[in-house]
Amino acid sequence: MSILTNGEPGKRYLLMGNEAIARGALEAGVSVCAGYPGTPSSEIIESLSKVAGNRNLYVEWSTNEKVSMEVAAAASFAGLRAMCPMKQNGVNVGSDFLLHLALSGTRGGMVIVPCDDPGALSSINEGESRQFARLLEVPLLEPGDFQEAKGITRWAFELSEELHSMVFVRSVTRLSHASGNVEFGELPQVNPKAGFKHDGFILDEMEGIITSAPVDYKHGLQHAKLKKAVERFENSPFNTYQGPEHPELILVTSSACNFYCREAIGLLDAGDRVGLLKLATTWPLPPKLIEKYLSMTDRFFVVEEVIPFTEENLKILAQEMAPRIGIKTIMGKRDGKLPMVGELNPDIVTQALAGLLGLEYKPQPDDYVQRSREIVTRAPNRELTFCPGCPHRASFWTINNVLKMDNRQGFVCGDIGCYTLSTLPTGFSASKTLHAMGSGTGVASGFGKLKQFGMDQPVLSVCGDSTFFASALPALFNAVHNQSDITMVLLDNSGTAMTGFQTHPGLKTGAMGQEVPAISIEAVCRSIGAKVKISDPFDIESTRNALFELLEENGVNVLILKQICTLSPEKKAKKKFEVRVMAEKCLGESCGCGRLCTRIFRCPGLIWNKDKGKAEINDVICIGCGVCGSICPNAAIEKKEVA
Amino acid sequence: MTNIQLSQDPYNLIIAGVGGQGNVLASRVVGNMLSRKGLTVTIGETFGGTQRGGSVMSHLRISSGSAFSPLIPRGKADMIIGLEPTDTLRVLGTYGNPDVKTICNMRPIHPVQVISGEPSYPDLEDAKNWIRELSRDAWFLDATDVAMEMGAAILGNIILIGALAGLNELPLDREDFENAIGLTFSGEKVQVNLAAYDKGIEMIARNGR
Repeated sequence: MSILTNGEPGKRYLLMGNEAIARGALEAGVSVCAGYPGTPSSEIIESLSKVAGNRNLYVEWSTNEKVSMEVAAAASFAGLRAMCPMKQNGVNVGSDFLLHLALSGTRGGMVIVPCDDPGALSSINEGESRQFARLLEVPLLEPGDFQEAKGITRWAFELSEELHSMVFVRSVTRLSHASGNVEFGELPQVNPKAGFKHDGFILDEMEGIITSAPVDYKHGLQHAKLKKAVERFENSPFNTYQGPEHPELILVTSSACNFYCREAIGLLDAGDRVGLLKLATTWPLPPKLIEKYLSMTDRFFVVEEVIPFTEENLKILAQEMAPRIGIKTIMGKRDGKLPMVGELNPDIVTQALAGLLGLEYKPQPDDYVQRSREIVTRAPNRELTFCPGCPHRASFWTINNVLKMDNRQGFVCGDIGCYTLSTLPTGFSASKTLHAMGSGTGVASGFGKLKQFGMDQPVLSVCGDSTFFASALPALFNAVHNQSDITMVLLDNSGTAMTGFQTHPGLKTGAMGQEVPAISIEAVCRSIGAKVKISDPFDIESTRNALFELLEENGVNVLILKQICTLSPEKKAKKKFEVRVMAEKCLGESCGCGRLCTRIFRCPGLIWNKDKGKAEINDVICIGCGVCGSICPNAAIEKKEVA
Repeated sequence: MTNIQLSQDPYNLIIAGVGGQGNVLASRVVGNMLSRKGLTVTIGETFGGTQRGGSVMSHLRISSGSAFSPLIPRGKADMIIGLEPTDTLRVLGTYGNPDVKTICNMRPIHPVQVISGEPSYPDLEDAKNWIRELSRDAWFLDATDVAMEMGAAILGNIILIGALAGLNELPLDREDFENAIGLTFSGEKVQVNLAAYDKGIEMIARNGR
């Protein structure tokens, strides 16, 4: 049983930020939640899916974020409260729909929860979803701690319903994926009835048709909603100020940076010199509230991630108010006091604030810094690697070898998933382009049309099973329709492995554990006329032969490499083989293989024993896939099937 | 809230290791144990490469007052629990200070560069000396070895929680552990984890193994 529904109102529980958001939605009486997995947002839907049964929720993993927004919006149109969480990229994916939804308006409370990833801790971009709120012209809320993550989510539903507009609740990794104590409120007794009214007066928001046209009328309506949002923002208890009445300087912050500012003020013992204005309603900024604080002092320091979003909006208001309140100095990113890129942390903010206050801040004694630096250089770094027994290592081993032997400068267009690591040595640096989900096959489709200009390199794309359904299909259809010459390698590990094995349309189970029809990737590819081969990547020889054959073929080829993820719940901790290096057969440096297993294949389950000059198996790490047994040229690695 | 007086407030605890060592679970268990005492706990996790051989670190901020940043400022750790020797050293370099205390599991996990024969993994006696040099107090445990004798290497993280409890720096008790571990496991697994917890207390009392 989950604490999310079992916890008692009035008591405090340790929750992840994502769980706090989920609890806020439950306290608001949410009915429908749809999303696509993506770190740091996935636990919102995961935790709700576990309580769906006893709260009468409908929870789904949709094929991609745009579809999830459409699914959630339908619930709103039918009068239900709906939520749609996603990582920052998801807002881009669904922005076309959102731009229209902003104009068409919503009915039941509709909350979009983008979880941004400043510093790209588990992303390959650090895009800002806040910019989208301004672009779409919809209200934006940013919780500044765990309690607020719950409270603001709950409030967002009410606000959305009052305005008939979607509301953004923006989180970041350091809130979503951190944990803190949250006091629970009551769970409402709700039993909503869904129904879509559509035959009222055509322009009636609650009973007419739902569309963005006529645009001038709807856009005007949207601005009236924003005005109302600003009125609510002026008095929101989630905007807080802490500090003296006449501070030397006011820090203006939002989201996880609120923690860093509080920390910095504490570390510098500057609580009687500076104030902290923590804003939760960051777009549109409420002008009366802003004027009140801008009037309190002359210097302001905006601490936020990643772009100077609030800084710029604040500067616009300050300029408009200048005739009344005078010229203000607003510092932050544009003047280089804080970096324009990467995530912030308590140290960056403390050092910057110390500079503004004319203080010196030294976190560690000099001699400690010096000595620890000398020592730490002795600890070898840990580069990212595929897990021991990961099917991707075996797949890229073969892909790389085939492309090298083929000797026509072939290359792989990479994609998003664990196999993104194939740009690194762990994937033999096989992938040479890397962008958005599904882009590998789209880019490959383009390369595959360049024969006309003399390009004769073989073009491969890689794509995971979840990515296939999310966004690679249009690219694959494009390649077939436009007769591009590509080979798509489908790395099918039976789940959305990178984010924690969420379901997708190729599987037999849905988000709430229910049985659903599985769509066959093979059948889809065959039905559009692609040549399809299937292999087990752990079977190095048959995979190599299949790939060689496909590289000889023109048109669109698909090689499906099927092997379940090592970490998947059904496979975890089950060894297929007991693997050992037969010391008498391992010739070490004198073999001539150049330590193929440990130097090139580099599975963490192997050890190069320098003293003995031989390879060994690390029994704690090895999961017994047996692939290293297939690559040793002297057959020195023995694998015995575990009974 | 609570009347508990901590030796430092916030008390900053780091649990560091390599993806797959059970670091995240350990931090959640300790966090839940202390939350049950009415303390305010904030946990920050570095992840991304967590299951892919990368370094993983959880920061716990423990306070009788309000929530702190999920990231501990540089040089401000009070206690470091290291699941792996070289990762412990790295964490000491960034978050350590002359007053920090360290509990370290001595089972090395070789980074892939070491596997591939490029840099060497340091001698374990050297590693111990460096950890001592950068800490006020240090305890070294062969937690993984003992965990393997108990049936699963992964229990090393729980042994270290037991060791931390045994130092009596924080109000960690067995009943709270049983309750916290029960949020993740049930039945026999709870008993196995309790045994590992008790083992940790026993090991730290003997200052190692």
